[in-house]
Amino acid sequence: MSRLGRVLRSHDDTRPWRGGYAAYDLVKEACIAVGVIALLAIVLTILFSSPDQRPSTIAQWSRELPVNFVATAAKELDGTSATAEYGPPYNHNSGSVQHFLFLHPQRWLGVSHPIDTSLDYVIDPLKTIPDDPTLKAALAEYQAAPERTQKAWGEAYAKPLEEYETASEENKTPPKGVSVEPSGAVEVNASAAGPVPTLMTSLLALAKSGGVDGSLLTSNQFFQTDYTKPLLFMADGGLLEKRAEAQHLLGTQWGMMNETGSYPGQVWLWLYTFWYQVEPFKSSPSGDLDVMLVMALLSLAFICVPFIPGVRDLPRRIPIYKLIWREHYRAGAGV
Amino acid sequence: MSAVEKASVEKSSVERSWTARVREAGVAALPPEKLLPDSQPTYVASWIYVFGVASLASLTVIILSGMILALKGPAWWHYTGVGHFFNSVHLWSVELFFFAMVVHLWGKYWMAAWRGGRARVWMTGAVTFLVAVPCALTGYVSQQNFDAQWISTQAKDAMNSVGVGAFFNLTNFGQMYSYHVLLLPLAVVGLVVAHVLLVRRHGVVPPFEPDRRALTALAEEDGAPDLPTPTGVGS
Repeated sequence: MSRLGRVLRSHDDTRPWRGGYAAYDLVKEACIAVGVIALLAIVLTILFSSPDQRPSTIAQWSRELPVNFVATAAKELDGTSATAEYGPPYNHNSGSVQHFLFLHPQRWLGVSHPIDTSLDYVIDPLKTIPDDPTLKAALAEYQAAPERTQKAWGEAYAKPLEEYETASEENKTPPKGVSVEPSGAVEVNASAAGPVPTLMTSLLALAKSGGVDGSLLTSNQFFQTDYTKPLLFMADGGLLEKRAEAQHLLGTQWGMMNETGSYPGQVWLWLYTFWYQVEPFKSSPSGDLDVMLVMALLSLAFICVPFIPGVRDLPRRIPIYKLIWREHYRAGAGV
Repeated sequence: MSAVEKASVEKSSVERSWTARVREAGVAALPPEKLLPDSQPTYVASWIYVFGVASLASLTVIILSGMILALKGPAWWHYTGVGHFFNSVHLWSVELFFFAMVVHLWGKYWMAAWRGGRARVWMTGAVTFLVAVPCALTGYVSQQNFDAQWISTQAKDAMNSVGVGAFFNLTNFGQMYSYHVLLLPLAVVGLVVAHVLLVRRHGVVPPFEPDRRALTALAEEDGAPDLPTPTGVGS
């Protein structure tokens, strides 16, 4: 046997049982167990039910946080949002592409769910609005402009909105360049923004009516089950995060294993979530990949426990087994 | 050809049959009395053994409640009391399943249940736990509520970072629902069946053979200074 083989194969003096047997009704035990567990689940159901908070919609987002909505949409339009800069599987950028040493698994399968944030989230939904010559002219002007001009317009429009949002978060007086009308319309004083304010005003009105939700879901076909586009658009904005923070679901709040309300959630993810709370994972730009690699390694170790020297020997050295088989040892049957 | 020769040809043809070989291998590996035993070793006498069967029972309740939910479609539980009831039963049986499985795994670890050629029993159990995690995750993102929105948009980065997002897109409800009601449960059930058959084949792991001092201490604690005659493992 090779040296590795000897290390992997532990000394094992376990021999087949030659002692006594007791009567045992396996089928009866299984039936009783199913009955007891079903009863326990029903009791827990009666006592605690299950959480079901209504999902957010783009319409709700645009109504509740109109400034955040147009600020996010402006970033989608000029390609500076998190989704626009993400990289595979959504586009060819690299804003969220993670790597570990020479490993770039995120790039291996390419762009499988293409998203062009400018077209998908702004231009195409606006094209569904009929009979609006001003909007049509603004769209034509925007699409005909060189990319640099489009960027400059986008930045000129987004800057006062960012200042407004920052002031709101810090409870300061918002800058005068942005005003929110009682109707929920957002006015941005940005003379260098070209046709962007017209586009955003129309998009906001369309979003409030539910038109952007519909547009993003029916863009490819009538029957639709893929919510990638609307979900990523909403994730770029602030409504989901605002709701999540209130429910203690942020990543810094061990959010991955929690769920809304005071429910246990996915507690089995505690170790996975734990790594996100500590350095170097917490601040690593490739934190997700690092955590996944650590968990893959630990999972492999978990499967291979019978072959890992030290780990496989602990049960013999820490005699919890004496508690488990106390009756057996008491009877002296295991000598 | 004589009757004897004919019978011999038929016998050899049966022996070559794939079906006969599979049957014979199956019965040899797991004779009926091993598959469905009506007795068990006397050392199987601790509450810790309950958690293995509790895991199986929870999985049964998960599948039954999941089937009822699947019959009525993914939106049913949002707008009917009966639907919400079965969703809650489904949720709590999942919580019970993981609780029972974790206690079962810890129990088996401290018993070193891989001893005596039982490594595959441990390994199938460990893989079952690991496969059950994404099975539950796909359930959480198939809920069609705020939890599903938040969990899917947060967890997508981990999947994308390892390249899995290309074929396991958490924000694609249709795909996640397929994984949740068919592909992953099939994997979990397959692994559980393999695990249980391995347990039945190898039997429940026997106790460690303790040192003499420990036995003496136990015997003195019970007021019985004379140790009984050994009759257990390897005796």
